[in-house]
Amino acid sequence: MMASRKPLALHLGILALLLVLFFVLPAYHVGAFSRIMVLAIYAMGYNLLFGYTGLLSLGHAMFFAAGMYGFGLTTNLTGFSVIPAFASAMLAAGLLALGVGYLALRTAGVAFMIVTLMFAQTVYLIILYFGTYTRGDEGFVVQQAQRQLAGIDLTTETARYFTAFILFSVCFLAMAKLVQMPFGKRLIAIRENEERARMLGYDVANLKLRAMVISGVFSGVAGASYALLFGYVGASFAGVQYSIFPLLWVLLGGAGTTIGPLIGVIFMFYLIDISSGWTNAYMLVAGIVLVLLTLFAPQGIVGTLRKRGVAWLP
Amino acid sequence: MAAVNVLEAKGLTKIYGGVEANVDVDLHLDQGKITALIGPNGAGKSTFVGMISGRIAPTRGTVYFKGRDISQLPAHKRMQLGMAYTFQITSIFPGLSVYDNVALAAGLRLAHDKQAHDAKVHAVLDRIGLDDRADQTAGDLSYGHQRVLEIAMGLAQEPEVFILDEPTQGLSETEVDAFIALMKSIAGETTILLIEHNMRVVAALADHVTVLDQGRVLASGTFAEIHANDAVQAAYLGSTPHA
Repeated sequence: MMASRKPLALHLGILALLLVLFFVLPAYHVGAFSRIMVLAIYAMGYNLLFGYTGLLSLGHAMFFAAGMYGFGLTTNLTGFSVIPAFASAMLAAGLLALGVGYLALRTAGVAFMIVTLMFAQTVYLIILYFGTYTRGDEGFVVQQAQRQLAGIDLTTETARYFTAFILFSVCFLAMAKLVQMPFGKRLIAIRENEERARMLGYDVANLKLRAMVISGVFSGVAGASYALLFGYVGASFAGVQYSIFPLLWVLLGGAGTTIGPLIGVIFMFYLIDISSGWTNAYMLVAGIVLVLLTLFAPQGIVGTLRKRGVAWLP
Repeated sequence: MAAVNVLEAKGLTKIYGGVEANVDVDLHLDQGKITALIGPNGAGKSTFVGMISGRIAPTRGTVYFKGRDISQLPAHKRMQLGMAYTFQITSIFPGLSVYDNVALAAGLRLAHDKQAHDAKVHAVLDRIGLDDRADQTAGDLSYGHQRVLEIAMGLAQEPEVFILDEPTQGLSETEVDAFIALMKSIAGETTILLIEHNMRVVAALADHVTVLDQGRVLASGTFAEIHANDAVQAAYLGSTPHA
């Protein structure tokens, strides 16, 4: 029983810590953590596909963007309030993941990486093409008046932090539960040995598609949250670097762990934040640290801890 | 034949380019019996079980499972019907614990019932002698234990038809003895198709032996009949089989 309680205690402890941080951190870092929690949702979505199922996508920015534009365009064009706009964002990301997954999952390995990259580029170009609505590269602002929920103004620092916190908590606990369920174990089985999983009678193609859709919806939730909380929707979020970021976060934090994505986002955020205070060549510093981590902790921060004795880490 | 056919292959043929891996192979498995499929390397044994299990699409021919034509079913659906398959080259989930490996195998039927699932996993591990290693990472097990684990996974599936592709390859003599005892204990409830090179195992276990040579059925019968068959002697067993 102890073994199964520890992860839950860890997850609740992390949430409690995030709650406390709001009261003890200076304003700048509170803002930073609002952003970190939203990006961590994106990283968790990516982690389900990459860390648990073993599918490396290079095009997840399309799902983030589907959520972001799904939310931003819905509020701007139809005047829907926050909740229906958020729901349509999730729907947009889920449907995109279903369609892309249906086609891309016919491939595997490097081909899957290339196909997802190409689909993401297509989404990026579509955003630019429909510049009349999306305002292309420049993007558009989601007005303060549209960022109200039940009388609460979500543009204030406090409301933003707690909205991010609630969204993160729901996603975090849902994901932790999901990977403990038989469904999650089957995804891990696919990652470990796909042919064996198939010969145990599991419908591998169906499981992968479901993983892709859930991963896409999580990414979409992150994109929609970003638009909601930070009020900006732009094509740069659909670009290649936003497909690479979640891969880096997950690799750094620990692929296939529940807390790795959050740790990875925090680490990367402050790595760039701190090194850019020292030098303009901060990407060089970030690059060197990434190389060192890959060399000496190839399983990421949490993955390495798990290997070095904290075996119960979920 | 008084016994019931659980699995039947009719005219199974696989042609790779111009190479005839299997030509018109007929085979049936009697309920609860152990059938051994033997033959020299390259005879087409693995291709044949690949077609039965659905891993390899046949050029032509039909597979029946309990009278039903399953030729069009993908591999995972055939496993769901009640087949299990162990690979020639050990195929487990190396990064997962021994327990989780067996739990995944049993999970297809039992995942909805946590207690029955857990009990099943422990029962299988106990039967196979790996219960004390349940928490070990499967990839860290010795080769022999990994092979045993793969057989345990097959048992956990509670198959009606259990196909084993060279299960004793690389096992020590004592491990082979344990394997023979295990197979004897599950025969009767389970129908077994065994691809085997080790004649000692075939002699000890097989109710029926089919010999493949160059993709065709060369002979079929009891071990004694096969042993006495001149064509088989010439093609495969040699003059003094090490039985």
